[in-house]
Amino acid sequence: MRYIDEFRNGELAKGLAAAIRSIADPARQYRFMEFCGGHTHAISRYGVVDLLPPNVRMIHGPGCPVCVLPIGRIDQAIRLATQHDVILTTYADTMRVPASERLSLLRAKGLGADIRMIYSTLDALAIARENPDREVVFFAIGFETTTPPTAAAILAARAEGLCNFTILCNHVLTPAAMHAILSVPGEALDGFVGPAHVSTVIGSAPYEPFARDYGKPVVIAGFEPLDVMQAIYMLIKQVNEGRAAVENEFTRAVTREGNRKAQALVSKVFELRESFEWRGLGSIPSSALRLRPEFRAFDAEQRFEVPYRSVADVKACACGDILRGIKRPTDCAIFGTACTPENPVGSCMVSSEGACAAYYTYGRFREVAA
Amino acid sequence: MSAQYVRPLDLKRGRVDLSHGAGGRAMAQLIKDLFARELHNEYLAQGDDGARLDNLAGRIVVSTDAHVVSPLFFPGGDIGSLSVNGTINDLAVMGARPLYLAVSFILEEGFSLAELARIVASMAAASRAAGVPVVTGDTKVVERGKGDGVYITTTGVGVVREGIDCSGSRARPGDAILLSGTIGDHGMAIMSVRENLSFDAPIVSDSAPLHEMIAMLLDEVPEVRVMRDATRGGLGTTLNEIARQSGVGMVIDESSIPVRPPVQAACELLGLDPLYVANEGKIVVICPPESAERAVAAMRSHPLGADAARIGEVRADERNFIQMRTALGGGRIVDWLSGEQLPRIC
Amino acid sequence: MCLAIPARVVETRDGDRAVVDLGGVRKEISLALIDGVATGDYVIVHVGYALQRLDTAEAERTLAWFAEIGAQAEAQATEATP
Repeated sequence: MRYIDEFRNGELAKGLAAAIRSIADPARQYRFMEFCGGHTHAISRYGVVDLLPPNVRMIHGPGCPVCVLPIGRIDQAIRLATQHDVILTTYADTMRVPASERLSLLRAKGLGADIRMIYSTLDALAIARENPDREVVFFAIGFETTTPPTAAAILAARAEGLCNFTILCNHVLTPAAMHAILSVPGEALDGFVGPAHVSTVIGSAPYEPFARDYGKPVVIAGFEPLDVMQAIYMLIKQVNEGRAAVENEFTRAVTREGNRKAQALVSKVFELRESFEWRGLGSIPSSALRLRPEFRAFDAEQRFEVPYRSVADVKACACGDILRGIKRPTDCAIFGTACTPENPVGSCMVSSEGACAAYYTYGRFREVAA
Repeated sequence: MSAQYVRPLDLKRGRVDLSHGAGGRAMAQLIKDLFARELHNEYLAQGDDGARLDNLAGRIVVSTDAHVVSPLFFPGGDIGSLSVNGTINDLAVMGARPLYLAVSFILEEGFSLAELARIVASMAAASRAAGVPVVTGDTKVVERGKGDGVYITTTGVGVVREGIDCSGSRARPGDAILLSGTIGDHGMAIMSVRENLSFDAPIVSDSAPLHEMIAMLLDEVPEVRVMRDATRGGLGTTLNEIARQSGVGMVIDESSIPVRPPVQAACELLGLDPLYVANEGKIVVICPPESAERAVAAMRSHPLGADAARIGEVRADERNFIQMRTALGGGRIVDWLSGEQLPRIC
Repeated sequence: MCLAIPARVVETRDGDRAVVDLGGVRKEISLALIDGVATGDYVIVHVGYALQRLDTAEAERTLAWFAEIGAQAEAQATEATP
């Protein structure tokens, strides 16, 4: 596959590993957070850790929209399907997240709720057109990469006069989450590997305040393992040189301004919520979106009676600290015992990009053998 | 007096109804006009409740499988051919020569007779092509809503060859791990038809009877220790099963695992890992290291093993991990699947 | 962050649609989020939408850059070994 396979090349990886080794100062530790769940997944799935020197540590950040989705929001989605008889359409990522009353979307589907996994909002619109007598709700999740497709769907629904289509809106914002991490005292981070595809939409400019105000370098990295390694190289270089700037490794898809058209469509349809609860991180102001008043007809929370009820995480769950990079998966008391990918107790285990799931699924052989 | 007029089965527009499973005339007609038309041999012709297999001797093996695939028809096959090939393969990987098949159908009320005829014809063709007859069968009908169109259960009987001893518990540290060909074809062919996740792709199911390829392999390398077909859960699951059964670990090399480019691309688009995608015409083979080259050559000499490759080796590991050296050069484990693999957007 | 793949546009259709090809797999996607896409362009596809164009010249430059950095480091390491 063009422009994918070349960025996974083992020979180039060896070269980059040598380059990283040559500039990493053996007298210090480097701690970088890869914000984005996709990067967590790439690092684990390709075993990038094995190509890094031991004093360069990657900490997995909260950029996994499934991981930070509060249980109460999944409960709302389940109630829409079970109590309001809607066709609930969702990306498959949400299906297995355990919610209240021992349910998940998958279990609710098994009990007869009409819950359908889709690949695109285009599919949700098609379902709405094909089922004019049923209400269709799209469970909208995701960071800035996934928000424009929802905006496009709302505009298409309005243009077509589709009156049986609404969304349950859980779109969240990357810079707000980065701010929440940086503003909480914990072990110091030396820099960020910035999100790949979020940045194609928002551009590199939104990260400039972090470099400037917190003195942390940000290198935006593409999605493939060589991109991540190159970004790590660039971060080490900045740290060694005492710089804190926003740099772009993913020049083939990211510009400073990003995709203006997509940004405009999002602004047209959505506005900021004053505050939004994030699983593991608590309430963060100006961190999430809701539909503008003129689009409220497409808001499932307006059309249906599904009040939000906050649900606390199990006490033993260390996800909050793990999402902030304060703890590692293995520091959690229930990691690998009560909490596994089969029985995920907390958000970090629920999605294959969550720090705990990625470590458990791909990396736990690195523990000392029992 | 004229013979009683029996309306012929409407194979074009007719549908299964509850009378077809009731044991009366309608069922007899269904069997005669649809099943027996395609599946005919001396055993079925006798019309008994079972088939006598008089000359069966030796180390007898029996295997059974239910088939609930949806959609029923997909590029490269359908539930009919799938069920025949699947059971033939289950026998063959035990080192047995597949000899006879028994088939049972559970039909949903309202299912199209035209589609049923297609499925039975396909089953018959697969049975003929493989040289393994269907010697007995059964049909039941369930009410509308209680079945997915049709479920098929196939049971197969075979006899293990002399001198062959294959079992999932026989893998030993140092053994070579071989794969008979490309992975992910069947599962992605299915995905290409499923509702909501469709795309035009030249991906065809690899469903095929492997008994002849396996016979050639065993002719050349009778010391094969393990054979298993990598069906549900894919190669990743199959390796984990064997590792656990044998009490060993494994190390495999990602670059040596053959995956056809369109399958890789389709997995990429949907966020699926080809290691866990179902196959219906591929086997894992574990043999002593000194036999590996001959084993790969033997499989490659058959069209269904054209892409056979050595992918790794067995090693001692109490944790039964399957470790993989990735294409990048780093390490990861290939863990058990958690539930069914679902596509991801993130 | 989210799973997005570079694919080549092989056909543009009415209503802001296009067909992309990735390794022989074709899928219809929406161009609603991006302007001026032509057949032959590479785009980044996420959940059925093109999010951005892929600058193929930059892609080649990036790969060359990886190779250069790697070669330099390996050369240094060889020199350093006695």
